[in-house]
Amino acid sequence: MMGLNLLADLTLRGRICLLIFLAILISLPFWSSSYIISVTTITLYLAILGQSWNLMLGFAGLLSLGHALFVGVSAYMAAYLFSVLGLPPVIGIFPAVALAVLIGMLIGYLGFRFSIGGVYFALLTIAFAELVRIMVDHMGLIGGTEGLFLQVTEADRQGFDLINLRGHPWMFYYLAMLLAFLTLAGCRTLLKSKLGYYWQAIRDDQDAAQALGINVFRYKMYAVMYSSGIAGVAGVFYAFYQNSLFPESVFGIERSIEISLGPIVGGVGSLFGPVLGAFILTPLGEGLTEFTDYLQSSGLIDPKLKLNGLKLLIWGLVVALIVLFKPAGIWPWLNEKLGFSRKEGE
Amino acid sequence: MDFWTLANALATGLLTGLVYGLSALGLSVIFGVIRIVNFAHGEIMVMGMFFALIMFRWLGLDPLLSIPLAAAILFVFGYFLQSTVISRVAHLPDHMQFLLLAALAVMIVNACLLIFGPDPQAINISYSFDSFDIGENLIIDKSRAYAAIAAVAISGLLLGFFKYSRTGKAIRACADNYLGAQVVGLKVSHLYALTFGIGAAVLGAAGCVLLLLIEVHPYLAPGYTLLAFVIVIIGGLGSMTGALVGGILIGMSEALAAIIFQPSMKSAFSFGLLILVLLLRPQGLMGKSVK
Repeated sequence: MMGLNLLADLTLRGRICLLIFLAILISLPFWSSSYIISVTTITLYLAILGQSWNLMLGFAGLLSLGHALFVGVSAYMAAYLFSVLGLPPVIGIFPAVALAVLIGMLIGYLGFRFSIGGVYFALLTIAFAELVRIMVDHMGLIGGTEGLFLQVTEADRQGFDLINLRGHPWMFYYLAMLLAFLTLAGCRTLLKSKLGYYWQAIRDDQDAAQALGINVFRYKMYAVMYSSGIAGVAGVFYAFYQNSLFPESVFGIERSIEISLGPIVGGVGSLFGPVLGAFILTPLGEGLTEFTDYLQSSGLIDPKLKLNGLKLLIWGLVVALIVLFKPAGIWPWLNEKLGFSRKEGE
Repeated sequence: MDFWTLANALATGLLTGLVYGLSALGLSVIFGVIRIVNFAHGEIMVMGMFFALIMFRWLGLDPLLSIPLAAAILFVFGYFLQSTVISRVAHLPDHMQFLLLAALAVMIVNACLLIFGPDPQAINISYSFDSFDIGENLIIDKSRAYAAIAAVAISGLLLGFFKYSRTGKAIRACADNYLGAQVVGLKVSHLYALTFGIGAAVLGAAGCVLLLLIEVHPYLAPGYTLLAFVIVIIGGLGSMTGALVGGILIGMSEALAAIIFQPSMKSAFSFGLLILVLLLRPQGLMGKSVK
């Protein structure tokens, strides 16, 4: 039913494009390579996280630059429960997400009680993420810098065990798609609920919202809780998809920036922006890798030259150009040109 | 742990902290005037370090002697960066400015990676392994002492510039009252570009100084960006003396954390301190409360 609401936002042209897009996604494993499937799985995973991040900034005006923290604590929790106590992720997801939400509440409580706003709040989220990263570095119980690994056998990779999240790449692909769709529909429902309107009022003018009798503290807390909860679910997925967790690659500031990039590029505050952003940036990064490989293998560039940085150099340039020339994001611009949706966010 | 271990650690922390303070000054100046949080802070400083490295490799120049040229080059870089790129996002919300500077940071790191490769590179100067022995037990590395002296001298020069020179006063006027500065006929866009240039020049100088203390590699940059954030928030964003005080505090707390716990725990200490300051005194130790 939530899905039907989503369709109601779209014009006929938008619905047709969405259906074509869905048809491509669903049929993808049947006609593409395992490489494309893995790239698309990561893209969908980042679309979920983009949605979670967008919920805080785009809906409620709270800039988080430490979002990897919520993903990471949940991933570590679920992986630890599974690998040490043998608790399947279907159950483990509850304590894992609860931990992410609790940490979100702690940061929110401290930030909002002491009225730390804007840039300072963003820096508070970075500080917590870095603090936890260094703590996990030193926690031998969950692997420390050596990392935490999940056992996976060749038989597992062929299976379809949703309870233990052990299975074929196709299983993870469709699971990521389902989660991305549920997140999108859930965020749409939230945005159009009373809660969503409170958030937007707080985002646009906190003092005015307070003057109208909105309990600003409480609703900002709700925003952080929903957002960290979604990030926590994504974290469980990540742990069982990757089967290995390292503090640096899970909690690092690069991860938090990566999470925020999709929605910013796609369009902050819109529902389809984070999805579009993920589908632009991840394939762009992968495409650039292929491109630099091609340049070297075809002999256009001396293969002995090390091109480690070239991909990210171009990638940074593209992001900078988007900020400079499409500061509202790609989705609002595309939408205006092609008329996909009825006026969104109104 | 005896008294002299502690004293040596604190002395080392103090000297390193002065260099941190100089670097953080670059961030503080830019935020204090233009209200932009420079997410490419560490990256610009690493550019300065690589410049000093090249000068050392080619001409055998002591990094301290590379300071004027490094500062001049990065000043020009900063000036044009502000006047052509960053000024265009001044009206955008915080997160867009952050993204632009983060993208710039990614570009700088990877350009350095392409040119210099990922391996740490150090310089070896005549006094690298010398030390001043004060009394019997207090030992201070010569290079660290010189680095600290240079940092104090440059910081002093900068504070003097902002306090006494006409241009410095004009820049402070822009920071205090943007509209007022325009009304009295100051060319704000030029002064902003000048400020970013000065901030970048300070980073160039700080990079040269830092090369005396540590090896340089491209991935050094993000860590120093975070470190500078911690320092200026503890000291007070936008307060120049605050940046210096914050630098010394963090330098000493790192040194203490390294001997009491483990060296790898030192930044956890700094981030803990940051969270405390944000909660108890969000404007920082020396910052003015802005409401």
